Amino acid sequence: MTEHSILRTANLSKSFGSVSVLSSIDFHVDPNESLGLIGDNGAGKSTLVKIIAGVYAPSGGEIFFNGKPVTFRNPQDARAAGIEIIYQDLALCNELDAASNIFLGRESTKNLGIARWLDRNGMMQEARAALAELGADIVPDQLVGSMSGGQRQLVSVARALQFAPKLLLMDEPTAALSNTKIHLLLNLVKNLQKKGISVVFISHRFTDLVAVCDRIVAMREGKISAEIKPADTKPSDLMSIMQTALSGEEVV
Amino acid sequence: MNTAALNRFEKSAKIFRPIKKFLGPTGFGLLVALILELIIFTSLSPYFLNSTNFSNIGRAMVIIGIGSIGATIVIISGGFDLSVGSVMAASGMLAAFVINQGQPNLVGVVLALMLGCAIGLLNGFVIGYLRINPLIATLAMLSIVRGLAYIISGGDAVVVSNSSFLAIGTDSLFGIPLTVWIFVTLFLSVGFLMPRTHFGRYVYAIGSNSRAARLAGIFVNRWTLVFYAFSGTTAALAGYVTVARTGQAEPSANIGAELDMITAVILGGTSLSGGKGRLFGTFLAIVVLAILANGLILIGVPSYWQLPVKGCVLMGAIIWGELHNASRDKS
Repeated sequence: MTEHSILRTANLSKSFGSVSVLSSIDFHVDPNESLGLIGDNGAGKSTLVKIIAGVYAPSGGEIFFNGKPVTFRNPQDARAAGIEIIYQDLALCNELDAASNIFLGRESTKNLGIARWLDRNGMMQEARAALAELGADIVPDQLVGSMSGGQRQLVSVARALQFAPKLLLMDEPTAALSNTKIHLLLNLVKNLQKKGISVVFISHRFTDLVAVCDRIVAMREGKISAEIKPADTKPSDLMSIMQTALSGEEVV
Repeated sequence: MNTAALNRFEKSAKIFRPIKKFLGPTGFGLLVALILELIIFTSLSPYFLNSTNFSNIGRAMVIIGIGSIGATIVIISGGFDLSVGSVMAASGMLAAFVINQGQPNLVGVVLALMLGCAIGLLNGFVIGYLRINPLIATLAMLSIVRGLAYIISGGDAVVVSNSSFLAIGTDSLFGIPLTVWIFVTLFLSVGFLMPRTHFGRYVYAIGSNSRAARLAGIFVNRWTLVFYAFSGTTAALAGYVTVARTGQAEPSANIGAELDMITAVILGGTSLSGGKGRLFGTFLAIVVLAILANGLILIGVPSYWQLPVKGCVLMGAIIWGELHNASRDKS
């Protein structure tokens, strides 16, 4: 851990009723870092990123963002601080067009006399530019419901990047993609890093994590069970360390 | 009609394409229905095509019409409001009661709207914050508020003689009934505001995927309050207009009005699953249904037959919509 972690959690825990999902999580993300999070179903990965994104309130512990303690009451608070999340199911409105989805909850407005009106043209143009920058072949007034899986993913990426986030959380972003689309997404993550955005990348696919992540954190039963830096680890050791961390058993 | 015939019909109607594009498939179907109605009733009844009759049609449609504006909003947002008929009766009753106490007309209408808004807020609270299914919540409210209408009046009708109040229901401006002006103005204002405001955009967003809307930072519960309050308020205005038109407030007024509104909303192409629909579709449906009801009476169809006819129209519209979707999915 560096002194300047963009995000740090101290002794973070979460229970749903009597079920403990996370316990004593000390976790950090450094500036410009691409961090992988791996673990079995129910290990607590999604819960952890959802707490960071303001979806759930932690049951205990603290979160520091840019060195300051923060309390996110809702996703709005986390977004305002500069934390964006792309959900596993993308959380898009199918009946709205791409531009409306990109600006959902943060619509641009213009003042015309008595009230604030939606700046529809402005949002349409910005959305067009944002989608073009991602290399997406999508017109901003296309309904999201009529798009392919890859296009929908790009809309959710465009939404996450629209307001210059400092930290981007991606929950299983490759789960619904074909192999070629996964390749594009991994390149995208590398590009984000160049732009100075830290990324937390949840995946079941260990090879994806090794390809893009500076550091990989493994979780098991609500705890962090291992942490490795692929660059400092012999490739032959990676797999066995991971398997031990994920199963809790020594691999012979 | 099978889908192939439907497609042939559509291909032959190329000249209508710009109109179709503007109205959407449902709106275009309604426009065709409207034209057919005008042709059929004009040829079958000498009393149909004149300004007096059209004023009657207008006066008859505004009550359901005003209320259906709120109903459209609630249904697009993925909700449902069965309490509007009762809200109409209670609000109309309150207005009549207050005006008969010698209060100015304005006080009557403001109090009526406030009552409707308050009942709507209560609906929104129970649905949004307590997570009760909207059908059940507003069904309970239907009984509660209907009871309230009886309690305010002691079970009797309240006759209003205040002439400035009654003028709202009977006067005309430029040959068009005042109530029609109210309805059309309200309809155009809401229709204008929908695509230009947060309100309009969030109606669709929440109806489309309320979880996504919440995760995007939209305060879904608060907006649910707003949508139901809006529905309650338009229902209250409709109740007020009912009393102004008939000259008396009856506790049993507008029973089943909510079903007429829902019929118009669905006929107008709004999806019951939320996120999809247009206010203009509801408007066209209101006009089509009002002309149908009026025309059936004029050509001598017994009034008992009106309900089954209305039901068949609704059923036909839904089948039409399904066929259209099926043919579009294939192409």
